[in-house]
Amino acid sequence: MKRWFQSKSINTPSPVGAVLSYLVLGFWAFIILFPLYWLVVTSFKISSQVAEGPFYIPFIDFQPSLDAWKYILVGDLSNDTIRNFINTLIVAPASALIALILGATAAYALVRFEYRPRVGAIWTFIGCVVLSIVTISLGVPWQVAVAVSAAVFFILLQTIGRRFKRALGNNDIAFWMISQRMLPPVAVVIPIYILFQRLHLLDTYAALIITYVTSNLPIVIWLMRDYISTIPIELEECASIDGASRYRIFSSIVLPLAVPGLVATFLFVLVFTWNEYLLALFLSSAKVQTLPLTIVAQNATRGPQWWNMSVLILIMIVPVIVIAIILERYITRGLLIGAVKG
Amino acid sequence: MNTKPTEPQTSSRLHSVISSLADRLAGSVFILPTVLALLFLSIFPLIASLYVSLAKFDIAPGGFKLNFVGLENYKKLFEGSEGTHFLGKFAPSTPLTWIVFGVVVIALAIFMARYLLNARVSVSGLIGRMLLVFGLGLITWMLVHTLWNEGRLGTASITLVYVFVGIFFQYILGLSLAMLTVQRLPGRRFFRVIFLLPMMITPVGVAYMFRMLTDTSKGPFTPIWQAMGLTDFSWVNNAWGARTAILIGDVWQWTPFMFIVLVAALESQPVEPIEAATVDGANSWQIFQHITWPAILPVSMTLILIRLIEAFKIVDLPNVMTNGGPGTATQSLTYHAFINWRALNIGGSAAVAYMLLLLVTFFAMIFVNLIRQRTVETL
Repeated sequence: MKRWFQSKSINTPSPVGAVLSYLVLGFWAFIILFPLYWLVVTSFKISSQVAEGPFYIPFIDFQPSLDAWKYILVGDLSNDTIRNFINTLIVAPASALIALILGATAAYALVRFEYRPRVGAIWTFIGCVVLSIVTISLGVPWQVAVAVSAAVFFILLQTIGRRFKRALGNNDIAFWMISQRMLPPVAVVIPIYILFQRLHLLDTYAALIITYVTSNLPIVIWLMRDYISTIPIELEECASIDGASRYRIFSSIVLPLAVPGLVATFLFVLVFTWNEYLLALFLSSAKVQTLPLTIVAQNATRGPQWWNMSVLILIMIVPVIVIAIILERYITRGLLIGAVKG
Repeated sequence: MNTKPTEPQTSSRLHSVISSLADRLAGSVFILPTVLALLFLSIFPLIASLYVSLAKFDIAPGGFKLNFVGLENYKKLFEGSEGTHFLGKFAPSTPLTWIVFGVVVIALAIFMARYLLNARVSVSGLIGRMLLVFGLGLITWMLVHTLWNEGRLGTASITLVYVFVGIFFQYILGLSLAMLTVQRLPGRRFFRVIFLLPMMITPVGVAYMFRMLTDTSKGPFTPIWQAMGLTDFSWVNNAWGARTAILIGDVWQWTPFMFIVLVAALESQPVEPIEAATVDGANSWQIFQHITWPAILPVSMTLILIRLIEAFKIVDLPNVMTNGGPGTATQSLTYHAFINWRALNIGGSAAVAYMLLLLVTFFAMIFVNLIRQRTVETL
């Protein structure tokens, strides 16, 4: 009797535990899958079948129709869908990858180096930014204004900025970084729009990728900081004694050991950029529109076109699921085990 | 022939000079690209929207113009109809109000007294704690007068409800599911991929999907509503019902975020301490309490902080599912800003956004300075 409650080894549950685990997992899987099933069913309905009340099972409750799928994939909307799909396929992975590279290096830096930015220098910098904005708004060409305020900044930095002894630490830098995500997008879209308009980058991949990289960097940094700090420092010390440079240590010790974290973080940023709506709405007009815009466009004057929306949402999930399935096996146990023993 | 042996020497010396220089600069090289990227795209929008919040936005021939009005937009948020919208409708005080408020004030006073009796009192620590006590006191005052009786929640309080209730359930569910799927169970990879699905749907899509699901006459749960005699009932008519619906959508969508990070954290945990503890006869609760929990605590704190910041910006679910209704009962702060923005009251919208920024900063500061540091440092 007792063996029903006893587990054979660590992390292998006892038979009773396994049954209970499956029950909970199955229940949650149902909660996840049912809404998605409803999307699938709705995508095969026509408008009258949605309007007349709930129908659950195709062929038994109602006669499924491929109208919505045809409309989206080969019919009137197909040009839009395919163009936006390709745009999303370019923008999301590119921004996620760049954000991951920049963010992982910065996270490593924040864990293993000590930075002490002087408060005086920071205030000088803010003052010069304000100076350049004021001069630009007074009509000075922005190239001149930026150059002048950069010069003023360096002069002040050499003379006044270093006088103030108070300095901030790594945690303050990290908090500053995450605080960049605190303003809701509604408040920042107009300034960002104007910025890219001035740079003549509206409706380009560059605008979207730059915006997504910077808006997701703080998340990458915060997540990677925790993963990297769990990597034993002894390994890096050994490598350092053997004469490896910081770059070498980062690329051949830290990065391989942080793979689970890197994979999980990449997935997030990919998903966030893949699904982003408001910034894309402002920064793209025709050429580089992404798929979330197509979905919202289905809420037309005739009311929401549920069947078309369902098709689009389902189409949008597929590539992300494929990537998630490919990457999931990297989030596995035991990458650190051998390293700690050695 | 003599020079030949020295040649590699000089080049290696040059090489070592360069590499030591590169090594000394490593600190800057690693972090500068990120700092520059953030500066490029964050400082300008931040300052620009601050200016907009202090101005009145008007359509002018050939574009728009901004007239500086000072704190006018902020003043509006605290009086009249905008004040009711933002802070809520205040009910007259009752004994219950005073009791709840009193309890919170006493708790805050004890917190303050304990700090002052402690030897390590610093100026910044004292100012920070005074701000905390003051802020929490004000928020409690607002909540006790708007939560019950004839009071009505404003967008600020509704956002707080979404944030704290949502994060609580997301974390508990995410952690439990993560603990279950790191067990060696056949099919655990299948479950992991399934559990990730909600996060992959675009938030607007999730919102439309939940609008379909919560429809009481055409949605899949219609028979249940009918059986319960709720045919004419609509989520949109009941404030807490509508809020619950939105919270369910939020939890459904964001539990995967907690889940996957916690799975990665649990997976990268070394096995030896657990093996040693098992040999010593520890039960699974003891192992969780003393080994697993401390190991995942830093990641958990980061997760909660990120979700805290993101959850304050909730807008798609209330916008699509309930249009903010009944009345303003499900409107979040971002949605409030969005409404002003749609009405071309851009200055008012930016003011709401800045109040949101203030609120997020307040809670994030509390979280980082008091909770995160304390829990991570005591390890």
